Amino acid sequence: MDLIRAVEQGQYKENIPDFRPGDTVRVHVKVVEGNRERIQVFEGVVIRRRGGGLGETFTVRRVSYGVGVERTFPLHSPRIDKIELVRRGRVRRARLYYLRNLRGKAARIKDIH
Amino acid sequence: MQAMPKAILGRKVGMTQVFTEAGEAVPVTVIEAGPCVVVQKKNVEKDGYNAIQMGFGDKRENLFNKPLKGHFEKAGVKPKRYLREVRVEDVDAYEVGQEIKADIFAPGDKVDVVGTSKGRGFAGGIKRHGFHRGPMAHGSKYHRRPGSQAAKGPARVFKGRKLPGHYGVERVTVQNLEVVRVDAGQNILAVKGAVPGPRGGLVMIRDSVKAR
Repeated sequence: MDLIRAVEQGQYKENIPDFRPGDTVRVHVKVVEGNRERIQVFEGVVIRRRGGGLGETFTVRRVSYGVGVERTFPLHSPRIDKIELVRRGRVRRARLYYLRNLRGKAARIKDIH
Repeated sequence: MQAMPKAILGRKVGMTQVFTEAGEAVPVTVIEAGPCVVVQKKNVEKDGYNAIQMGFGDKRENLFNKPLKGHFEKAGVKPKRYLREVRVEDVDAYEVGQEIKADIFAPGDKVDVVGTSKGRGFAGGIKRHGFHRGPMAHGSKYHRRPGSQAAKGPARVFKGRKLPGHYGVERVTVQNLEVVRVDAGQNILAVKGAVPGPRGGLVMIRDSVKAR
């Protein structure tokens, strides 16, 4: 186990905010276009976090021009510049797949106060 | 690539992933490789073939029997848990007692990994040979059985017919895996992809036959 940790060492991100499903986050992704690198922001609701350790991933859902878009990111990927926590939401389950069937007002998530 | 085969013994530790600079996640198996020690040299004149015998891993001294202890004493090395032979062209390149560490490999090298696969006990044809299964419902009473044993003409079953039986605990070689990380100080070798055997199992890593 220790040797596995030795291999993983240094790859963990340290500045990850404590976010959970239901929270709204802004993910700054590094995108390579040709030979230029720029940062693209993807904002939406976290609908799941899965796995643990270095392999943990999370999925962010947003509705863009009426189309639902979900992106799954490896939490510790070096391609993610930073993750900003925008809003905390109150939800009652860990996997928010039910949001896929809802639209408009019904798809809102209440804030935690 | 060297003409001389490079090999080292190790213990499978487990799997994880490593990110490349481009941000791709690479699945790797972590192996505690070495340090191995050369225990015996075999040559054509005396043994009929050229090889070196390597030892790896520790074990309490009182668990060794006298003949084995004598064998290690002759080499002047501490008794080791595992002994394996590797064929080499040039025995003289090695010294008895010489230590072999993980740094004989470098990241980017291609290696073959030899291990003993996980035991699956008495396994059916589906798991053991990849047979198809029958329908599980709609009144089918034919689920996971092996099916026909062949033509009835010969009035017997041919040898080698794939049937249920013991599966696993065999020597398995995985070829052409890429070395991703080497740390001789901590005896770490990380290899891209999966490696045969359970965690804690003995594996042998040698440079790839295909790359040679």
